[in-house]
Amino acid sequence: MLYVAVATRTFRRYSTYVGATVAGIFTNSVFGVIYSFAYLALWDQRPDAGGYDGSDAVTYVWIGQALLMTVAVWGGGTTDDLAERIRTGDVAIDLYRPVGMMGWYLAGDLGRAAYHLLTRGIGPTVLAWLLFDQFDFPGSVQAALGFVLSLVLAVVTSFAIRWLVACSAFWLLDQSGLRMMAGALALFFSGMALPLVIFPEPWRTIALALPWASYLQTPADIWLGKREGLDLLAALAQQGVWIAVLLGLGQLVLRSATRKVVVQGG
Amino acid sequence: MALIDATDLSRTFVVRRKDAGRRSLRRRREEVHAVHGVTFSVEPGEMVGYIGPNGAGKSTTIKMLTGILVPTGGRLTVAGVEPSRHRTELARRIGVVFGQRTTLWWDLPLRDSFELLQKIYAIEPARYRENLDAFVTLLELGDLLDTPVRQLSLGQRMRGDITAALLHDPEVLYLDEPTIGLDVVSKGRLREFLRTLNAERGTTLLLTTHDLQDIEALCDRVIVIDHGTLAYDGTLAGLHGRGGSMRTLVVDLVDEAPAISVPGASVRRVEGPRQWLSFPADASAAPVVAAVAASYAVADLSIQEPDIEDVIRELYSRS
Ligand SMILES: Nc1ncnc2c1ncn2[C@@H]1O[C@H](COP(=O)(O)OP(=O)(O)OP(=O)(O)O)[C@@H](O)[C@H]1O
Ligand SMILES: [Mg+2]
Repeated sequence: MLYVAVATRTFRRYSTYVGATVAGIFTNSVFGVIYSFAYLALWDQRPDAGGYDGSDAVTYVWIGQALLMTVAVWGGGTTDDLAERIRTGDVAIDLYRPVGMMGWYLAGDLGRAAYHLLTRGIGPTVLAWLLFDQFDFPGSVQAALGFVLSLVLAVVTSFAIRWLVACSAFWLLDQSGLRMMAGALALFFSGMALPLVIFPEPWRTIALALPWASYLQTPADIWLGKREGLDLLAALAQQGVWIAVLLGLGQLVLRSATRKVVVQGG
Repeated sequence: MALIDATDLSRTFVVRRKDAGRRSLRRRREEVHAVHGVTFSVEPGEMVGYIGPNGAGKSTTIKMLTGILVPTGGRLTVAGVEPSRHRTELARRIGVVFGQRTTLWWDLPLRDSFELLQKIYAIEPARYRENLDAFVTLLELGDLLDTPVRQLSLGQRMRGDITAALLHDPEVLYLDEPTIGLDVVSKGRLREFLRTLNAERGTTLLLTTHDLQDIEALCDRVIVIDHGTLAYDGTLAGLHGRGGSMRTLVVDLVDEAPAISVPGASVRRVEGPRQWLSFPADASAAPVVAAVAASYAVADLSIQEPDIEDVIRELYSRS
């Protein structure tokens, strides 16, 4: 299958940067330790903030570190390749191929995510398990499976948003300003800075309804067993709806870009 | 039926320029007519050179032919369909080589790029093997298959790109400056390959180039475009006549002499005993030579054929 081939090749491409991976795992681990102590201090003051206990909070921190790169919260991934190819005009080559461009880039991004999960996801998680008693694995098979599904949906959601940002390069030639803004928004509304569940109302409700909640809050809540049974299905369904909307929008933007906008360079 | 049919084809770009001189943020809208009312058609099996000076509109035309750029005026059909509306469908039937870009994947070995292309174009495995073997032999790629593209030299990469464009048996191959940056030997080999391709598979070729030897070696037909408009469409031989081109008779006299005067030719340059006479390319050289030999003591004579570059330069400067 073409898309599997694309995904494995992107996986392999990322796996050539061993140095960057090792450095990244180290950074994730350092931040994980710092955040864990900060959260423990916070939950010491308010032992049931957001419906979490101290152990939930520490686990949440490490899920966050594991997903930071996997979900590409900051940006990055194959959508950066796309923006660069739009800027240089190499997108012409993508455009005249007889395969859908979005599926192509999505497959690549899933390959990238798999690589980041196996390295920068699992690396810090192992460390967390060794260092922190409070760190817990999912309590049930349902939670574990739900988490995996939710994580795939998280990557696709993030891809869809990054795709829209990258496509801005068709008009602006350069995505970097928008990419930074989108990264900041994602950092805040994904729950990476602070869990969305401890936001004061009405921010909590608003943040939980936005697509960025998919990035971390939703998968983490499933891991922690906060969303079970029908509620788990509702969580996955919400992710699915946002994906449908965002990917649809992305397809529209691509179509209008290729009708109106111009491929650069001779 | 013509394979490519362009009628009054146009593409206008709108660019915004800052007003020069004035210190305002207002930008002036300006239209660039990159391609302007171009009409031509190409039959299956033809080899057509599409030439013109920098900025003439060659690459813009190729982009419209592949469907990645929408024309702003006129009609264009390739293999019976409008390229921009049937881009993906058409992609299976055309091949494109951009001299300045690669269609290969930078980090992947050549072999992997080819395998991805097999999947993209859904090339039947047996046909894929056959084509790959043929092109690898013809283009001498055997030793390079496991090299990542970023480690290939320009000429090696170009051979890889040409293979990549041909694996799915396209009916027509567009080449945008395929010989740019190649050395003389590589250029020669590439031309020979393209000639073989056209002869054996009947692949239609449309190529842009700034190297007129490409045209002389490959194309019976040339289309000259300048400032977006068609300046010439016809045979290479016809282009000589069109440009009012001249042949040159170089005469080495035994002694220095004033400018030679014979009917049907005029002296262009005198340097010591050597003189350059020009006469129309379509006239016979015999009477001129005879007249010179009859009146002067001649040590040596030679004839220079008109240079296609001069002809085209002439054509550009007139349009
Ligand atoms: N994206 C664009 N926006 C604005 N103007 C453009 C764009 N692309 C091309 N042009 C203009 O259109 C004209 C034709 O460009 P084109 O690239 O087709 O030339 P070319 O014949 O391929 O030249 P070269 O031999 O230098 O490659 C040029 O004046 C160029 O500046
Ligand atoms: Mg060009």
